This record gives sequence, structure tokens and C-alpha cells, in this order.
Amino acid sequence: MKDGQVGVAIFAELDEGALVRVSLELASKARELADRLQTTAGAYLLGGPGIEAAAAELIAYGLDKVWVIEDRRLHHYDTLPYAKVLVRLIQQTSPLAVLYGATPIGRDLAPRIASQLRVGLTADCTGLEIGDYQAPGGKEYKNILYQIRPAWGGNTIATIVTPEHRPQMATVRSGVIKLGDKDSRRKGELVRLPADLDGAEFILRVTERVSAVRKVDLTTANIIVAGGSGVGSKENFKLVLQLAETLGGSPAASRAAVDAGYIDRDYQVGQTGTTVRPKLYIACGISGAIQHRAGMAEASKIVAINTDATAPIFSVAHYGIVGDMNQVIPRLIKAYRTKG
Amino acid sequence: MLKMAVLAKQVPDTKHVAVDVMKPDGTLNRAALPAIFNPEDLHALELALRVKDRVGGHVTVITMGPPGAASILRDSLARGADAGVLLTDRRLAGSDTLATSLALAAAVQKISPLDLVLSGRQAIDGDTAQTGPQTAEKLGLPQVAYVEAVREVSSTRITLFRRLGRHAEVVESPLPVFITVTTDAGEARPPRAKRLLKYRRARVLSELRGELSKGGLNGEELERRLAAESAKLQEAGLLLPTWGVDELGLDPNRVGLAGSPTKVKRCENVVLKTGEYKQIEPNEDGARKLIAELVHDHILG
Repeated sequence: MKDGQVGVAIFAELDEGALVRVSLELASKARELADRLQTTAGAYLLGGPGIEAAAAELIAYGLDKVWVIEDRRLHHYDTLPYAKVLVRLIQQTSPLAVLYGATPIGRDLAPRIASQLRVGLTADCTGLEIGDYQAPGGKEYKNILYQIRPAWGGNTIATIVTPEHRPQMATVRSGVIKLGDKDSRRKGELVRLPADLDGAEFILRVTERVSAVRKVDLTTANIIVAGGSGVGSKENFKLVLQLAETLGGSPAASRAAVDAGYIDRDYQVGQTGTTVRPKLYIACGISGAIQHRAGMAEASKIVAINTDATAPIFSVAHYGIVGDMNQVIPRLIKAYRTKG
Repeated sequence: MLKMAVLAKQVPDTKHVAVDVMKPDGTLNRAALPAIFNPEDLHALELALRVKDRVGGHVTVITMGPPGAASILRDSLARGADAGVLLTDRRLAGSDTLATSLALAAAVQKISPLDLVLSGRQAIDGDTAQTGPQTAEKLGLPQVAYVEAVREVSSTRITLFRRLGRHAEVVESPLPVFITVTTDAGEARPPRAKRLLKYRRARVLSELRGELSKGGLNGEELERRLAAESAKLQEAGLLLPTWGVDELGLDPNRVGLAGSPTKVKRCENVVLKTGEYKQIEPNEDGARKLIAELVHDHILG
């Protein structure tokens, strides 16, 4: 196999045979980075029978080439077989960079691969750019991948580089990359390869699998009304739900509100929850600690309601209401229902 | 009877976002953060202790850090661990996850064979969740991440409940296996008073040296006292071993900054910024004005 069969590659993650959203986002980003580097963009797609449709979709989102490894035994994710196949693929195709979704699977798989390949890996990137780097010794590197992520619990933003090792690898959270355009007429290449696994890799045995029915996908909500510990009680949280429903949006919560039992963890926004970029984010009784802001600071418009005028949330808000949400929310609902 | 190792880290309490740890410019003063036992590692220790409760065993806690990290070893022992080891060496400083995993794997090898290796999913300073899987890879162990509970365990197999995002799974693995544990696992038991009292006195050698020199000793007398005191601790089972690059048989070029493929190009402190900001009155009038503006800007329909 010759060197450099692809420039920027992604690991395309499936959920019950369908591409997860972050994989489409990664395809868009890979296209953008590849164009910037004047190279190609591709995907490594592993799964059970019937994944060809996923390959076509990846090409439609901007990829030039998709390596398809279709094997019944790969239908469900399993660390060792997936890592083995991908390490081999990466070694054969010599990409400049490989991107993974910062999903539980991505964060289980990517470090295993990085360790085997002895390369660097940056987790949970909130930005990826191409730029130059000068090492402390003076050596210059051009057109390398800037892997940008929050560190120190979100209190700093770090730009990480891996100048000396290839591929450069990073995991990216869903909701960070704006989905590019889909063009179903786009042409790309499909390369089918056998899994080439002898069975010794399948050490784990899954005896039960429980699929949680996802109540809502916060990353696609245009309007989000979130409640924090300042809401005070599960009873008061009903107002948050009511405002969300009135405005046609989704409810959400800070980690503190989830921990207090006001709402299910599925609705948590923040560094350990979901990252969201809605048009409108209304934060009710949320102090605005860094870990929460990391999950919503990119919203187009932020409204903050809090009785504490010094709450950090007001620093990222476009509109601030210093008041009790138990009184303010009903007024907002009334104003919306009676708008001219 | 299972032989187990728990990899734990002492971390700055990055969740402690309060005025007392802010600098005047609104950025974080890292040095002012209190040092704590990484929460998910504490859950990992708890899981190991629950296994020990069920089938018996031996738990060694391994931590890599500066000498002060020995305090989480004392904490572990007080909660029920059987042994603690500190990995410390100036040449380990600046290690990224890849370099760290090399050191941790070497330490685990030193006390192998083991049945179970556990760590928290991620540390609250790096938040990468990489060190566990990378250590597992170097040890050639299968890994099960995001574990919340141990369902069953025997001398040869373990059954685990873990959550992989949308799906939860019950997974069976032969031993040995590497598992990472999340905060959704069971609550960690507190230290027991009797063990706390006993292990309060546990020390690593460098801590002992520091205390004696602070007390005014130096030169030959310091060395003599150090030898005597450490022998006493050793006999009482309270001298915690310290391993560095040499004891671990590590290649210095593969640890520390030199051994870290990832480099920090720059770090920007997050400042509480003010962009455009409009104050809205909390009354009906204010509510109307806000809604009108949002509708006008096509934010609301």
C-alpha cells in the first residue's frame, strides 16, 4: 500500500447501523481541513451488514473516499476488534490527521489507538484549525493541526499541537462543528476491505443491552430554556418546562439542577453534559459557573434570569433580568402569548 | 481472593469556582485551588473495595505526582486499601497522557500479576479520559470503560454494568481486565476512624525528609534521624514506597515533556467577558420589551 492514501480521515461512528450526528459534522470539518491542506478527506467505516448507505451519506457530506469494513461481528462496538482494524487501516493509509467524535465510544477507542501508534491525542476539542508552530528549540512546523480545547475544568482554553507525530488525532464533541452542505450527487470512492480478525480479539461478551429512548436531542434545539439550582425545587422547575413549551423550545438544566433531581440527566447542558448552540438560550436561576458556560456560550442570544446581580451568567448574557424567575417566567409567558 | 490495583490522581479542585480562587483580572488562580482526590478515582477505589468485600482480595493504590500526592494514598488506606505506592520523579513532570500511561503501566507491571486494574474515567483537571485506556493498551489488557457497577465476580470472570452513551450494557470479561469507573457508580465509603488514626502517620521518604529538615535538622544528623524514623515506619507498615524513572525501568525519553507527543502551543485564561448587554426590568413591561425584541430579530417566532 502506498503512503498518504488520505489526508484528513475520520472514524465514522454508527448507532444501530445509522451514522451518529457527530460523524456527519466530522465529515464536514474533514472536507474543510482537507481543502485548506490541499489534500483529500476520507472515512473509516466499520459495522455489520448494510452499512453502504452510510458510506454514501459520508461522501455526500464532502468525503472523497470511504473505507468500508463490513463484518457481522462488528455490528456492535467492541474496543479490541475496532482498535485492531483501525490501527491497521491507519498504518496502511497514512493520514495526516484522524478525527473521532468525543462520544463514549470515541473516547474509549481513540486513546487505545493512540497508545498503540504512540501518537498524541487531544480530547474534546472545541476547535480545529490549521496553522504554523515554532517549537521552543526553534524548529518550525507549517500547516499543522491546532487542537483547541478547554482545560482546567473549563477555566482555560488550550491550543494543543502534535508536531512530530503522525497522524495527528483529536476527538470532537457533537454540536461544535457546524454541519456543512449535503450534496447527494457528489462522487466518491468506496474501498471494501475484510475485517481480517481471527476471533481472539472478541474477549468481551455483552449479555444485556438496554437502549435508553432519547427524550430529546438538545443539539438540534433552536430554543432552550434551562434551569439551575436557583430554581429551588422540582415544583418550581415546572415553570422552566412551561416556558420551554410556550416558546416551542426544549427544557434543559445545569448539572446542579440535575443532581438535585429537578430533571433527568439527559437534559444536562455543560462540560459533562451536552454542548448546545441554539438561537436562544434562556438561563433561569443558573449562576453561570465555567463548566456550564462551556456548554452554552456559543448560543446566538442568551437571556439570563437570576436574583443575584453578580452571578457570572450575566457576563455572557445578551439580556439580563435581575429578578425572581418565579415571577419573571409567568410574565414572559404572558408577553409571548399576547404579542401583537 | 483478587489482587487489584487502583490508579488514582490528586488533582486541583477545578470545580471550586469561587471568588477566593479568582485573580483580579477574573481568571483562575490555579495555585489557590485546594488539592483533592480525583472524584472518579475515588469511585474506582470504592468499586475495588466492594469486590474485596465480596470475594476477598488485596488493593494497591498507585498515584503519580509530586510528593504531596502521598496524601491520597493515606486517604485510600484509611478507606480500606491495603497498600499505596507513589510514582514521583522530576523527569515525569510535564507528561501528557501517553507518557503518563507508560509510567503507570510500568508500576502495574511491578506488582503484577493482577486480576483487576481500575481507574476513574477521567480526572477533573485534564478531563481527557485517555490515561486509563492508554494504560490498558500498554498492559495488553481488555478494557471496559464507563462502569457503574460490578454485577458478578469470580476468580476468573467479572460481569459489569456500564453506560455507553445512549445504551447501557451488561458486559462479561475474563480476568485480568482494566476498568474505568464514572461518578454514576456507587457512593464511596468514608474513611474508618481506626484506619484514619493508624494511617495518618504513613509517609513517603521525601515527606519525612522534608519534615525533619523543617524541624531544623541537616547534614549527617538529618540522615541518621531519617534512617531511624523511616525504619520505624517501615516496621509499622507505614512507609509508603516511592518509585521513580529508574525503579520503574523507564526510558527517560519516553516520559516527561520529551516523551509527550502533545505540546501546548498556548493557553488562554477564560475571562468573564462582557459583549453587548441589555438590562431588562423584571416587570411586565420588561417582559413585553424582551419578547418584542426577540420576535423582531427572528429569534422567536
